[in-house]
Amino acid sequence: MPRAAALSRTLVRRLRTGDEIAYLATLTFANVILLIAALLVFELWTTSALSRQRFGWGFLTGSTWDPIAGNFGALPFIYGTVVTSAVALLIGVPLGVSAAIFLAELAPPRVSDGLTFVIELLAAVPSVIYGLLGVFLLVPLMRDPVQPFLRQTLGFLPWFQGPNFGVGYLAAGVVLAVMIVPLMTSISREALLAVPRDQREAALAVGATRWEATWKVVVPYARLGIFGSVFLALARAIGETMAVTMVIGNNPNISASLFAPGYSIAAVIANEFTEATEAIHIATLIQLGLVLFALTIIINALARLLILMTTRKGTAQQ
Amino acid sequence: MMYRFRWRKIVNLLMFGITGLCTLVTVAVLFLILGYLVWKGGTSINLDFFTQLPKPPGEAGGGMANAILGSAQLVLVAALIGVPVGFVGGVYLAEFGGPTWSFVIRYVADLLNGVPSIVLGIFAYSMVVLPMRNFSVLAGGFALSIIFIPLAVRTTEQFLRAVEQPLREGALALGASKWKAIATVVIPAAMRGVATGMMLGIARVAGETAPLLFTSFNNRYWSSGIDEPAASLPVMIFTYAISPYPDWHRQAWAAGLVLLALILVVNVIARVLLLPKHAHGH
Repeated sequence: MPRAAALSRTLVRRLRTGDEIAYLATLTFANVILLIAALLVFELWTTSALSRQRFGWGFLTGSTWDPIAGNFGALPFIYGTVVTSAVALLIGVPLGVSAAIFLAELAPPRVSDGLTFVIELLAAVPSVIYGLLGVFLLVPLMRDPVQPFLRQTLGFLPWFQGPNFGVGYLAAGVVLAVMIVPLMTSISREALLAVPRDQREAALAVGATRWEATWKVVVPYARLGIFGSVFLALARAIGETMAVTMVIGNNPNISASLFAPGYSIAAVIANEFTEATEAIHIATLIQLGLVLFALTIIINALARLLILMTTRKGTAQQ
Repeated sequence: MMYRFRWRKIVNLLMFGITGLCTLVTVAVLFLILGYLVWKGGTSINLDFFTQLPKPPGEAGGGMANAILGSAQLVLVAALIGVPVGFVGGVYLAEFGGPTWSFVIRYVADLLNGVPSIVLGIFAYSMVVLPMRNFSVLAGGFALSIIFIPLAVRTTEQFLRAVEQPLREGALALGASKWKAIATVVIPAAMRGVATGMMLGIARVAGETAPLLFTSFNNRYWSSGIDEPAASLPVMIFTYAISPYPDWHRQAWAAGLVLLALILVVNVIARVLLLPKHAHGH
């Protein structure tokens, strides 16, 4: 008993100083984050129940989307999301990672600081602005001269055939690439900067050129963080809505050609959610939201772990 | 041997050029966006844009006064919900949290930060729009606050952690309790950084479009209250840009210029304020 009495005495004393109250109050607010996450999962799960029960897993593989006839298959959207994200990564990764290497390792500090500032600003440009430029600047450019040129030079490949509208998978992929590069660059740059200085110095001391030290020592050391930044960018591309909606062409069919108008998961939610009147239509759109949520959470969780591992490793040895 | 050495030098220079070119391409995009918007938007903007209500579809003229006010209301609601929650939550992470629980909250906050904003729109729809049976400023502001909270938590934590340990120890040595030291010494020392970080968060949510499409929706007139649907700049840009009317395209450019200018100005000011005082290189 005396122990319990002593404990409650300390508790009372701590309550009186206010520390315990402050602790509990701040803990409550911090837990709001967990509450939001839990509610988010719960709401998405319950409001999509109708669709999940009616279509089950077949929803993901059905290729017809005809809300009026009551056919709901998600494959055209999943396909569009995958294709546009792949195009975005193909264009964006070399650009973003090269820029990060230049900024972190090769550029003179003054230049690097200025350019990094600009890239941070670029990351702040809202998606709808990218969409606006996509509609009025990129799409006409894709129609002529980009896509005719691609057809002439690479037209023997199935991706570069078929009618050319300007809008389509390729336009969406290019906009996404432009949007994910700043994110990838700034995170990769941080991963590179976290590499301990002596790694570089050791390489230079044994006679490596600046580039050899960077490519053979620094980049491999930071590779997990760079992979992390690519995954983060992928998650961003998958969930990106406005810019894609404005340039992808909004056509729920699957085409091999990158010139063809398509659709993505996020775009169909944005376009049809307010127009949907049938309960089942809304439920299917929310189920698409659930798919999007699951995809991005898994990719993000992986990316964050990778980034955590590198920045920790870096700082621990400094 | 000499040959090989020269070759290595050439590769070194070549890669410097290639990576530099990639950086230049990336950076050029910002100037392309800015230049094009200033050109297209600058020639489209007029006084009506700031003072008039939108005209019916197809009619020329009118403005986006209601959308400007609507955006301000949405951001205000988001800040009223998000700033207190984010700030106090951040204080927990920086000052009170144990290693495990802090890690969990931080990790979940980062994951929430990565959830596509359209999904958060669905969340706000089912949390606010469905129970209220109405699209509303409140629902849109709620959606934006869900985007804002994880940002606010992380930025608060970051700047509180940056306060030097001796400052805390000094306060404790003078006999202050922990919370008193935090409230009267640590928080004031970090306030400038926290406030600027919050400004960046506000600028970020001010440009969000997807979560507003089915929460605050749109409105051709002034919104009569926060339980009513409202127009907002981002949604107007989207609607006008994909419309078939040339005069709406013109106004979409004007709105784009206004929105981007506001966001970039806030960003530049905040980031300059946040620069380390005697920064020279790395």
